[in-house]
Amino acid sequence: MSWEIVIGLEIHVQLATKSKLFSGAKAGFGAAPNTQTTLVDLGMPGALPVFNQEALRMAVAFGTAIDAEVCKHSVFARKNYFYPDSPKGYQTSQMDHPIVGLGHLDIQLEDRSIKRIGVTRAHLEEDAGKSLHEDYDGMTGIDLNRSSTPLLEIVSEPDMRNAKEAVAYMRKMHAIVTTIGISDGNMAEGSMRCDANVSIRPKGQEKLGTRAELKNINSFKFIERAINVEVERQIDILEDGGKIVQETRLYDSDKNETRPMRSKEEANDYRYFPCPDLLPVEIDDAYIDAIRQSLPELPDQRSARFVSQLGLSEYDASVLSASRTLADYFEAVVLVCNDAKLSANWVTGELSKYMNQHNVEIDQVPVTAVHLGQLINRIMDDTINSKGAKAVFDELWNQAGEVDAIIEANGLKQVSDIGAIEAMVDDVIASSPKQVQQYADAEVEKRGKMLGFFMGQVMKASKGSANPGQVNGLLKKKLDLLC
Amino acid sequence: MALENADIEKIAVLARLQVTPSETNDYANSISSILSLMDQMQLVNTDGVEPLSNPHDATQRLRKDEVTCDNQREAFIAIAPATEDGLYLVPKVID
Amino acid sequence: MTHKTLVQIAKDLAAGKYSSREITQDIIADIKARDAVYNSFISLSEDLALGQADAADARIKVGNADILTGVPFAHKDLFCTQGHTTTAASKMLANFVPPYESTVGQRLLSAGAVCVGKTNMDEFAMGSSNESSFFGAVKNPWDLNAVPGGSSGGSAAAVAAGLVPAATGTDTGGSIRQPASFCNLTGIKPTYGRVSRFGIIAYASSLDQAGPMCQTAEDAAIMLNAMAGFDEQDSTSVQQETPDFTAELNLPLHGLKVGLPKEFFGPGLNPQVAECIMAAVKEIEKLGAQIIDISLPNLELSIPAYYVIAPSEASSNLSRFDGVRYGYRCDKPENLMDLYCRTRAEGFGTEVKRRIMVGTYALSEGYYDAYYVKAQRIRRLIKDDFARALSQVDVIMGPVAPTPAFDLGSNTKDPVAMYLEDIYTLSANMAGIPAMSAPAGFVNGRPVGLHIMGNYFAEAKLLNIAHQYQQVTDWHLQTPTSNNVPVSNQEKGA
Repeated sequence: MSWEIVIGLEIHVQLATKSKLFSGAKAGFGAAPNTQTTLVDLGMPGALPVFNQEALRMAVAFGTAIDAEVCKHSVFARKNYFYPDSPKGYQTSQMDHPIVGLGHLDIQLEDRSIKRIGVTRAHLEEDAGKSLHEDYDGMTGIDLNRSSTPLLEIVSEPDMRNAKEAVAYMRKMHAIVTTIGISDGNMAEGSMRCDANVSIRPKGQEKLGTRAELKNINSFKFIERAINVEVERQIDILEDGGKIVQETRLYDSDKNETRPMRSKEEANDYRYFPCPDLLPVEIDDAYIDAIRQSLPELPDQRSARFVSQLGLSEYDASVLSASRTLADYFEAVVLVCNDAKLSANWVTGELSKYMNQHNVEIDQVPVTAVHLGQLINRIMDDTINSKGAKAVFDELWNQAGEVDAIIEANGLKQVSDIGAIEAMVDDVIASSPKQVQQYADAEVEKRGKMLGFFMGQVMKASKGSANPGQVNGLLKKKLDLLC
Repeated sequence: MALENADIEKIAVLARLQVTPSETNDYANSISSILSLMDQMQLVNTDGVEPLSNPHDATQRLRKDEVTCDNQREAFIAIAPATEDGLYLVPKVID
Repeated sequence: MTHKTLVQIAKDLAAGKYSSREITQDIIADIKARDAVYNSFISLSEDLALGQADAADARIKVGNADILTGVPFAHKDLFCTQGHTTTAASKMLANFVPPYESTVGQRLLSAGAVCVGKTNMDEFAMGSSNESSFFGAVKNPWDLNAVPGGSSGGSAAAVAAGLVPAATGTDTGGSIRQPASFCNLTGIKPTYGRVSRFGIIAYASSLDQAGPMCQTAEDAAIMLNAMAGFDEQDSTSVQQETPDFTAELNLPLHGLKVGLPKEFFGPGLNPQVAECIMAAVKEIEKLGAQIIDISLPNLELSIPAYYVIAPSEASSNLSRFDGVRYGYRCDKPENLMDLYCRTRAEGFGTEVKRRIMVGTYALSEGYYDAYYVKAQRIRRLIKDDFARALSQVDVIMGPVAPTPAFDLGSNTKDPVAMYLEDIYTLSANMAGIPAMSAPAGFVNGRPVGLHIMGNYFAEAKLLNIAHQYQQVTDWHLQTPTSNNVPVSNQEKGA
């Protein structure tokens, strides 16, 4: 049987506020356990929440950035459940009245077509603390630093049909939230993580299959792997005549498998009701419009500008604008070398190749945009050829240093001295009488191809440093004279 | 509406309250009579009446995004029943 | 010192008749000597109090004193007091020492008032008789066989017994007014949001409101001046100018329109209580007020609606008591579930657990609309009733409770019977309007309170009426030991 995969994502974006959602405690990653907590985040008796205006602004900025409905009336509700990382016994969230309503996001598929993914809603909620499972006398340690840190939960429609689409959607969301500056997007630190609702159904069937919810996936790579391995699991079960159980599962990246979450096993009834310690949030058009006006250039707008202003292809433009840091990097390269096309080729080519090989994101690449720009300048002014450029790039990546110094130190400067090249050409011709004869015997149309041998010999003799254009011209002239 | 013992047991789990069998009985009786008191509400037509959750129908005030408190971990940890290395301890949690 | 009013003590302190340290020591000694009978205190904060008294004496000495500077008072044990045990009368918090002070407590401390201790109450403020306290029931100083009312029963008994001149209380469904009525005190529940809830252990967030319990309306006005005020730490705190609540005490009552809702005088009302109330209303009429019959048609619905909303909010508010960060924790929990279930089963009393379960049920899937949402709709009907009534009259009067204080143990078996006692008080919390109780006579030696309700932020008007009434009556001056009132039924008990 042929199966269709159905995926919906719930993305949790940690908002980059200075203080927490409902308290004046510092928000941020990496502090010593329980040093960033107040009465409110600890759920002390009598403590009361007050809403952080910056979290509201950020949520509205997101809503306007994806052109979604921004709700003028939103309500915080309590989601009641007991868990040690939830100190009040409830999570303050939004249920019936989220701050952001229906919207959508366009993603680019591998075949370069565009697909629209529906965004159901986005709501504000407080994050939970962390359970530390190292052994403390057989107990679990609870750190509440993250408790009450603001989250924006973005819920998609079940519109994605394979893991790659889910990754593209997540990447696009990442680009948007980092572009508008509402999150640092640091997935390793949990600033952006997602739950994936995955189900399968026979192709052509309309009714959705039973879904599994994969919790807390925190890298693009794991989204793809977790979904794929879960889909395989579901196919295996159904093809063996089994049934999928609706449940919450955890992706184990070490074993590359998903397994049920024991803590979520029992049936829950969250008993949502409007939080009586907080009041409805009311905003007006003027507030929303002011935030809309202040948005920076969004990824789609940037992509359009790359095409219209810089003359990039649609594809290059969309690849380069898919991440704010990548686009910033690209533009910084262009600023130095002033050649958008070459810059695009290098960023999507050699740079991306190295990033994949070394498994690093753009903000971690060792080659600065200025260096890459300078390197491209040296190609354009004929100081080095593309082979030499690749060698310089490799050294910049692995050992750092300055572009010109590397060229100098490795003798990569291309030889453009016509006398020196002519001498090398003469040597090669003189030492290859057989090939010269073949060249002369060949039909004129086929000689072009045969030139390759002589080119190779000359470049080899110059250790790659000869200007290939000049070599080519000289070889042609001299060989044709011999025929 | 009368509650059975099984209902009480279900509620007690949700509310994280251990109840003995005899308590379950007592709660089933007393809560059932409380629920019949509540059922008086169903006699009134409230169609079109907006629920009231705050007496003033007030709206939320906003707080400036400022860090207003220092680390007070030692004061908080000092009153906790079980801690180690500044962490609150609970029986092993399994994800 | 016994039964001196707050104003009298303030005058004595200003005149240098005694120091704050001296009266604080006297009061603490008096409580130690006499409170075993009433059980009105859960704890005394002697060291902290003497420190506060010394600071107050220093302020008085340099002429930097406020009216409350150096005046002793007691906190209901629901107000978090920094460095001093705050129990909510529960085993759950029997050893809880908050590292923070409630906003109200902070305001009183800033005024220079001296907190001598924490008063008994119904556990987590859930009750109308003060019989659900982990620390034992409180006895009514007027009659040791009678309850003092609840939930602020310890505060009421302490002031009525003359142990302290004033105490704080909280009122979620009548918890200031009913014990004030049962103990012959002047107690006011301000407009919802007038007094900050920050640092007061929550029962039902949308209903809870703190206020003072005193001997006179003037004392209550002075206490409220210190307690009330906008607090940015409480989202439900109202950003309203806080007036001087003593400023209007002496205004004449000419032309005042008083509404008597017929629903407050129905068949459930004890006829002798009704007589007291009508006599008080007559007195106020003599002061120039006009009496008008009105109706609050949805009054009866306030009972079921309240007993849905309050337990629902409570079930969630009390989830934080889980044995992890503070308070009681069961011995040797086997696993997480055991930690929660046993800590909460052992830490909470029967009535608290009952209300948590009622609330859990009312919010659960499939019942939420029929119970919680329905109750909130009825809440609006009740608010609308008051809006209609208060467009015709300035204030509404009636009894606080259908009977005088009932006997200890008489209602503990049947929670529903206990809930019905709250019929006259719940609606003011549902609507969020201010309401107070002022002494208005006795039935068989047990006090009866006059209930005065007004429009939002009309506390000064209510206090003005009570004060004017207290200028022409002396009910509020009666004490359980004064000769002209029988300390009745002593042969029955104690």
